[in-house]
Amino acid sequence: MLEIKNGKKILVTPVTAEDLKDIKIGDIVYLSGSLTTCRDVAHRRVVEAGRQIPVDVKGAAILHAGPIIRPLPDDKFEMVNVGPTTSMRMEKFEYEFTKRTGVRVIVGKGGMGPETARACKDFGAIHCVFPAGNAVVAAVCVEEIVEAQWRDLGMPETLWHCRVKEFGPLIVSIDSQGRNYFEEKKVEYNKRREEQLTKICKEVSFIK
Amino acid sequence: MAHAEQVKKMTELVAKFVGYTGKVLPDDVIAKLEELRRNEDDPMAKVIYDTMFRNQQLAKDLDRPSCQDTGVIQFWVKCGTKFPLIDELEALLKEAVVKATFDTPLRHNSVETFDEYNTGKNVGKGTPTIWFDPVPKSDSCELYTYMAGGGCTLPGHAMVLMPGEGYEGVAKFVLERMTSYGLNACPPLLVGVGVATSVETAALLSKKALLRPIGSHNPNERAAKMEKLLEEGINAIGLGPQGMGGKASVLGVHIENSARHPSAIGVAVNVGCWSHRRGHIIFDKDLNYTVLSHKGVSL
Ligand code: SF4
Repeated sequence: MLEIKNGKKILVTPVTAEDLKDIKIGDIVYLSGSLTTCRDVAHRRVVEAGRQIPVDVKGAAILHAGPIIRPLPDDKFEMVNVGPTTSMRMEKFEYEFTKRTGVRVIVGKGGMGPETARACKDFGAIHCVFPAGNAVVAAVCVEEIVEAQWRDLGMPETLWHCRVKEFGPLIVSIDSQGRNYFEEKKVEYNKRREEQLTKICKEVSFIK
Repeated sequence: MAHAEQVKKMTELVAKFVGYTGKVLPDDVIAKLEELRRNEDDPMAKVIYDTMFRNQQLAKDLDRPSCQDTGVIQFWVKCGTKFPLIDELEALLKEAVVKATFDTPLRHNSVETFDEYNTGKNVGKGTPTIWFDPVPKSDSCELYTYMAGGGCTLPGHAMVLMPGEGYEGVAKFVLERMTSYGLNACPPLLVGVGVATSVETAALLSKKALLRPIGSHNPNERAAKMEKLLEEGINAIGLGPQGMGGKASVLGVHIENSARHPSAIGVAVNVGCWSHRRGHIIFDKDLNYTVLSHKGVSL
């Protein structure tokens, strides 16, 4: 569901492909509902080993991150600190992962590549950036850790299934049309870099 | 104070200081981020800056590290040869890191190479990193602390240019790194450049450049001019916060230099992220301390 509150676009899980239709790269959204941390080894298990993911992420969100968790009594946990890790490491798995799990919102750091863009287009999903370095903002958006699966992977790699409230800001880096924000930006950056380089070079001929 | 007690005291103070720097950014970084936020008019970039300031406030209020990656701990030590704890310093700094790791808490970021296991304490062979410069005749000890996160360590690069490539080659080397790896290192970045005679001399200078206060300049006029040119040039690329576009790209560009062999220009670039967790503290011989990076803090 897409909810608009005080001008904020909030995606509430379960999210449908229809909800994502008008969301474009560069938009800022927030997420409420189900978000599960999921990174390198968990992707490998789903894609390479063909294992069933023990948290149902269909219509929900995953976060490429390894959090700091404090255990509480009765098998409960508290999120102390969580920040995204480089999404690009999951690029080679993300098409299959999206296909098999039905995840709709993928959150991480930096951009992703053509395989993820193809997944977003084919299955109606988006990739978003949570601004990294803001680990406390992210942690306080977590209302509850609902369950912890694949704990044998250790704290950073465990699937921490969280209930979040207005988790964000999330900046859309790949939309469900498959447009890729970073790829488009990089063309601009490289062009400007060449212009600047020419300018600087004119002034630094110190070896004569 | 007995010697053993002094060692214990300094260990505790350094542990507290390291933990503190993981939660609160130095004054010059905050001031620069405030300036960049003020000058920004891109709405997305503004939202990211607002998030950063909210995060730093929450980190302070909730007493938690502000970024989950508290890095590899690095110390640059300028120690007086008459400082009473000079012999114990290296062991004491290691111990302080272990203590900070559990007290703060810090993430476990020390993996032994080849044996490939995480020591779980942030210390290992050669970690924390300690660069030691003795200062003759002095009895005080000056410490720079730094948390080297993974994301901002990655763009680091060093090479030796042919003199024919000149300072034009240095500019090209730095700029290319910004649009490839820099993007992912959490801009706005602090860029440290070393210009020297070989890879290791340039590399160490590029790290020391990151430990200079933001807004300081190289005393050499041409080097200072190049700092300014690079800063303006990289800003004009418009990486913005998180590399997603905006008015600026950097907190600053600092160059440190040494003389070189006539046939070689060693050049290195090192990058600090927006969450530039640098600390600067001076101890006198009685362990009275002055914190220069964070005003008004008492440990
Ligand atoms: S680059 Fe810096 S701010 Fe970004 S995640 Fe790493 S340590 Fe944190």
